[in-house]
Amino acid sequence: MIDTMIDIALMAFLAICAIAIIKTHNLFVIIMLFGIFSLHSAALFVVMDAADVAFTEAAVGTGISTVLMLTTLALTKKHREKKPVHRARLPLLVVLITGSALVYGTYDMPSFGDPCSPAQQHIKPRYIENSVAETGAPNVVTAVLASYRGYDTLGEVTVIFTAGIGVMLLIGGRFNGRNNKENR
Amino acid sequence: MKHDLILRVIAKYLFPVIALFAFYVLFHGEYGPGGGFQAGVILSVAFIFYALVFGMETTEKVLPLKVLRVLASSGVLTYAGTGVATLLMGGNFLDYGLLLSSKAAGQQLGILIIELSVGITVSAVMLIIFYTFANRRRPWEDHHD
Repeated sequence: MIDTMIDIALMAFLAICAIAIIKTHNLFVIIMLFGIFSLHSAALFVVMDAADVAFTEAAVGTGISTVLMLTTLALTKKHREKKPVHRARLPLLVVLITGSALVYGTYDMPSFGDPCSPAQQHIKPRYIENSVAETGAPNVVTAVLASYRGYDTLGEVTVIFTAGIGVMLLIGGRFNGRNNKENR
Repeated sequence: MKHDLILRVIAKYLFPVIALFAFYVLFHGEYGPGGGFQAGVILSVAFIFYALVFGMETTEKVLPLKVLRVLASSGVLTYAGTGVATLLMGGNFLDYGLLLSSKAAGQQLGILIIELSVGITVSAVMLIIFYTFANRRRPWEDHHD
């Protein structure tokens, strides 16, 4: 009962945030609303017992990406979104049709936490039963991320590293901003 | 915010707390929620907070961009290097069981190395992105000097 109430409240807050983001044209307010939106998603993940995901969402979505968006905003001159010139009738229609198709698709999905669903039947029992003996890590999520799926995590780290290189190459200038100023 | 006394004092006390929490998340990731990725982000947040209060020049004296670039690449290198090391020891790529004499101990060591290298790369890259954005000159300020 209390879980359902929390779910409904959090979902309502998510919807309110989303509508507020659409309605607002001040970019600073939008960034802050995105942070709040992300914090609510983190809370939803906690309710769904996905503590690791919630932790990542809170640290990355709420924390660092808000800071990075704000530093980006500090670089731009205009802090207000441009008013759209045309009415968004066709995109709205496409979104409505796609959205209702997706909602229709969820009727065929197994219910949340269903032990008979394919996701729970495939390789999960093996991880849950053997991960402590095989890796010595009591947290199954860490065992999967770092050991069983270590190759995927290497890919993720490479993606982050590439993102850093990309930012440096695109707007890094020379070694740092001060060198840049001295050279001009 | 350089002259705000309250912020400066609080920042000095909060910085070690945030950094310590990052290391807790990193080394406790095997037992509780968290791991290298979250720890790296939290550690970079500590430095960003420091930069917001004390300014970019002070922060760059503490942690220069050159050091960050070395750290970012060394994390990825350590990760992939561990995989190559296990290959050379006759196992599969990233098969940590071979790192030590017993398989479970090797796995634990491997996970620790991997989490550490993920944390180093993530925090360094986040700070690199922040430094790059914060140091960039505003285009409309070019006319003034």
